[in-house]
Amino acid sequence: MLEIRRFEEKAGQMYGMGLIGGFCHLYIGQEAVVIGMQAAVTDRDTVLTSYRDHGHMLARGMDPKGVMAELTGRRGGYSKGKGGSMHMFSQEKGFYGGHGIVAAQVPIGTGIAFAHKYKDENAVCLTYLGDGAINQGQVYESFNMAALWQLPVVYVIENNKYAMGTSIERGSARTDLYHRGHAYGIPGAQVDGMDVVAVKKAGELAVAHARSGKGPYILEMHTYRYRGHSMSDPAKYRTKEEVQKVRQERDPIERLRGVLLDEAGVEEAKLKDIDRKVKAIVTEAAEFAQHSPEPDASELYTDVYA
Amino acid sequence: MPIEILMPALSPTMTEGKLLKWHKNEGDAVASGDVMAEIETDKATMEVEAVEEGKLGKILVAEGTDNVAVNAPIALLLEDGEDASALDAAPLATAPAPATAPAPAAETAAAPEAAPAPATSAPAPAETEWDGPSVTLTVREALRDAMAEEMRRDPDVFLMGEEVAQYQGAYKISQGLLEEFGAKRVIDTPITEHGFAGVGVGAAFYGLKPIVEFMTFNFAMQAVDHIVNSAAKTRYMSGGQVSSPIVFRGPNGAAARVAAQHSQCYASWYMHLPGLKVVAPWSAADAKGLLKSAIRDPNPVVFLENEVMYGQSFEVPDTDDWTVPIGKAKIVRPGKDVTIAAFSIMVGKALEAAEALAAEGIEAEVIDLRSLRPLDTATIVDSVKKTNRLVFAEEGWPSAGVGAEIAALMMEHAFDWLDAPVKRVCGADVPMPYAANLEKLALPQATNIAEAAKQVCYAK
Repeated sequence: MLEIRRFEEKAGQMYGMGLIGGFCHLYIGQEAVVIGMQAAVTDRDTVLTSYRDHGHMLARGMDPKGVMAELTGRRGGYSKGKGGSMHMFSQEKGFYGGHGIVAAQVPIGTGIAFAHKYKDENAVCLTYLGDGAINQGQVYESFNMAALWQLPVVYVIENNKYAMGTSIERGSARTDLYHRGHAYGIPGAQVDGMDVVAVKKAGELAVAHARSGKGPYILEMHTYRYRGHSMSDPAKYRTKEEVQKVRQERDPIERLRGVLLDEAGVEEAKLKDIDRKVKAIVTEAAEFAQHSPEPDASELYTDVYA
Repeated sequence: MPIEILMPALSPTMTEGKLLKWHKNEGDAVASGDVMAEIETDKATMEVEAVEEGKLGKILVAEGTDNVAVNAPIALLLEDGEDASALDAAPLATAPAPATAPAPAAETAAAPEAAPAPATSAPAPAETEWDGPSVTLTVREALRDAMAEEMRRDPDVFLMGEEVAQYQGAYKISQGLLEEFGAKRVIDTPITEHGFAGVGVGAAFYGLKPIVEFMTFNFAMQAVDHIVNSAAKTRYMSGGQVSSPIVFRGPNGAAARVAAQHSQCYASWYMHLPGLKVVAPWSAADAKGLLKSAIRDPNPVVFLENEVMYGQSFEVPDTDDWTVPIGKAKIVRPGKDVTIAAFSIMVGKALEAAEALAAEGIEAEVIDLRSLRPLDTATIVDSVKKTNRLVFAEEGWPSAGVGAEIAALMMEHAFDWLDAPVKRVCGADVPMPYAANLEKLALPQATNIAEAAKQVCYAK
């Protein structure tokens, strides 16, 4: 979680320096969701998400250097600098994007689950979507097919309360989202997405359900993003106090820190050591991303066709 | 050494902004996440948060300052243990000049000019002539045989779509496939084009080879985001890692008396897109050979059929290994006076026109494009160099149509050989009417093609 937090802070900083261009959607505040879910799956399972994807890739074990270099549009990036923040993939790590069209990843993830079943692999696809994407029609087309064909897919709704600048109350007729699969007979659960242990527990149940051949499962993660929707979001749709309250009371990293220190008896020095290691990883990624060369001009016309 | 706080870029297009207000004063302690200042960008007023901890040592740009360039130092932050004397050592000289805010794309922006245009420069793949036995098949049977043979050959190939399994295909293209391959590989979908196109793309990302049937391409408009944004672009966006070996197929263009929403040619829409291949065969032999090639192709292929053609019969090579390379046009009738190029159903009308022209002493060469992307420009250009005249016929609308592209290509590649302007024969620029007489008027007929050919030959 700390690696994601520090990585994203660094990305924000590099955006400010003009080293990262275009859209950049930071994951700060939501870290417990991907870390808890990753603890509930195996390497043979697959993951895909929307454009707020940096955390998912780091959780999946993708190299922070490759992710950061993609943000800076350099040849050392996961997509050789041709995809950018929203479009990265790693077949090796079972990560299938990084999708820039809101909710497009939902039928695609359903299709990957279809392939898992077709190939009889006993694997599960984690398909992440947000509280904005949940209102797209293709989500329900996917729910229907996943339930109809009993596909091994877990839909993880990251409900961070705001679809860009539209609060869930202003965009959804009903604001609890875990039952959105009810019409298709898909079980769902609400989870405190700011509590990594709760996420892991719920994730294990959902993944076991999908893996056992019982079909899809929906998890609604109550989470919160501290930063704007993208870098150019002035966040006028919510109060500073609201953000501050979540940071102080529910921050997933601080909460885990408390558990580790107070309940698990981990020493402060050990956590400081983790801090140092994470800082070094992120610094190395940032250095790599700034020094990796831009793609060669000849790359303009490669990778269009196989 | 104090840390320089630089004027941040806060939107994709920001190059400078106004420093509206400082929330911290010199000497204030700063923690990561504290709001440091408010900055007005081209889009909005934003708060800038601190990313490092320390003490605000010196404010370099006063609040209220306009036109502060991105990356210019605006303040100095003292780290733990530093005092104000460290401020003197700050390397202000390294601050970038206002005009040099990095714009990552700027340096390479000139590249496209020198670039090859992929749609026009397809290398012509080798095509073998068939001299073995042949069998008479309808286009419908040829398409079915192509799918069945490829499904026998490769267990990763499967067919999904509305009514493809139990109903045997809305147009009976998938007749018998469910019985042979079972429900695992011949899959009836709900009426949910957007969803199942995306499911197909996901399966293709993971290495399966889906054939996605649209009952007609009119309904593929529901799914066009997945064809364009998910299938066509992902290989590029992933730096070559993730491909979409998928075929989107179904009838395209006008059927008969089904009116505007069910009668449209989408060829030029899909032809527009890098990352897609687009084929539109006319004969049964090409339908079979191209569909087999499309299924084997590692790229997404849009395979445009025509409902009116399904029942027409042609001679087809009697083998289960007949493929036709994608990207190769075919001269279906040689001639010396005028070239008529077309694709899909219009090839038949072009041949009909050529017969009529022959009776008047004009020998037309008819080219079946077969593939629209990549387009076999060389075959058209070679023919035009011989005939010096080109008529292009399509069912689609003229505006930004396939013919518009062909005419532009002739300007670029055959200008000096043309003895007359390229003439387009297109569908009438109206939504398709229902009434039989109006529908006929809206669709290009053989007589229209013959008339156009006579015009470019300056014949009465």
